[in-house]
Amino acid sequence: MGFVDNMIKRSRLKSPWIVHFDCGSCNGCDIEVLACLTPMYDVERFGVVNAGNPKHADVLLVTGTVNHRNRHVLKQIYEQMPSPKAVVSIGACNLSGGVFKDTYNVLNGAHTIIPVDVYVPGCPPKPEAIIDGVVQALGVLKAKMGLGPQPAPTYMPGDADGTPDMTPNADSAPEQNPGTPQQNAG
Amino acid sequence: MLTIFSAIGGLILAPLAGGLLTGLDRRITARLQSRIGPPLLQPFYDILKLLGKEPLTTNAWLVFSAYITLISSALALLIFFMGGDLLLLFFVLTVGAVFQVVGAVCVPSPYSNVGAQRELLLMLAYEPILILVFVGFAMCTGSFSIAAVFHLEQPLLLKMPLLFLALGYALTIKLRKSPFDIAASHHGHQELVRGVQTEYSGPYLALIEVAHWLDLILILGLCAMFWHTSFVGMAVLVGASLFTEILIDNITARLTWQWMVQKKSLLLGMGLALVNLLWLYVA
Repeated sequence: MGFVDNMIKRSRLKSPWIVHFDCGSCNGCDIEVLACLTPMYDVERFGVVNAGNPKHADVLLVTGTVNHRNRHVLKQIYEQMPSPKAVVSIGACNLSGGVFKDTYNVLNGAHTIIPVDVYVPGCPPKPEAIIDGVVQALGVLKAKMGLGPQPAPTYMPGDADGTPDMTPNADSAPEQNPGTPQQNAG
Repeated sequence: MLTIFSAIGGLILAPLAGGLLTGLDRRITARLQSRIGPPLLQPFYDILKLLGKEPLTTNAWLVFSAYITLISSALALLIFFMGGDLLLLFFVLTVGAVFQVVGAVCVPSPYSNVGAQRELLLMLAYEPILILVFVGFAMCTGSFSIAAVFHLEQPLLLKMPLLFLALGYALTIKLRKSPFDIAASHHGHQELVRGVQTEYSGPYLALIEVAHWLDLILILGLCAMFWHTSFVGMAVLVGASLFTEILIDNITARLTWQWMVQKKSLLLGMGLALVNLLWLYVA
């Protein structure tokens, strides 16, 4: 069975099916995500298929500002994906809330709700950056399967001051009470 | 005894051939859209990955339906390779299609349910054509046995050209290709999120996909039967059918079900088939 296991592990890296969830963004990031599927970039070369269904997908691409209304949906989509899975957070709003950071109705990033593996900054990021983010997510999957070295932890740009809840891959991230905006002091 | 062993051998080779043809299909499709496309072995990577995923299901019926779909596809192919009975093959094939619908309606997901309703309409469209094609086989050979075709001296294509075209309709529907692809939305993933296959995930989706490969081999095998006298003829017929299907898939928009069932399939497909049968009866 060692051979079959090995084949399955290698196949995982060759067929990352994505599901794309827009938490209410301005559509800029979403257009860039879909641009990756066009003949110009053609990510199907690497086996990437836009599955549009969390139950079929391996990689979750999240864009847009996470707020109190859609955080349940985001969590549910994440939980519907069968393991092994990876999460790529795309765009300024999804990383930290962007221009809406610390407003009363916005949570500061998807990492407050689900464990994020890769951050892709930008407003919006270029399709090349998004493809690179998916490739990095595959590196994370590879490390989880014990096939490669653990990638260096990525911090959100501008938030690398080491506050514990800003660390990606922190298992504790979803358990923290996401309902209260953390820095809404005033 | 030899027939059984060769049929089982064929059954083992069929998923490999089906996967390769699917990979070729994806590559040709990509080229038609001026893309590079995935590697030829991509369908195998997909299947292996799906088999290795965590098995999550909504209920046990879904798992049962996935297994029955695969078993009935495999059984239909086995009957075909053993030169068995066409009517038996038809019924076994129908069981698989019905269980896909059963699997899709046993969950509360609206996408899955809409997909199931559409799958029933698709069955309404292709099953009469398929059975008329089998009646055509029987009128030419005098028996419903597949092996009887090989006793004919002339290729069936000369006697049943219109039935071959009608089989093309059934092929397009069964392969979930574009103008008729309303139940699973194979390429337009966003509209129905795979319709009847929405709720299957991980290993069970892999079973459904392998069943689809076996169906592909079976239908292409039926196409090959129309020119049984030469291997070159079979290859030409299969290659031409498959390429035409891929081309049609890429240049057509999807039809609404009313169009598909009433005008395209029932009128045109059945019309072609009936004219051909009438001709066989008179000649």
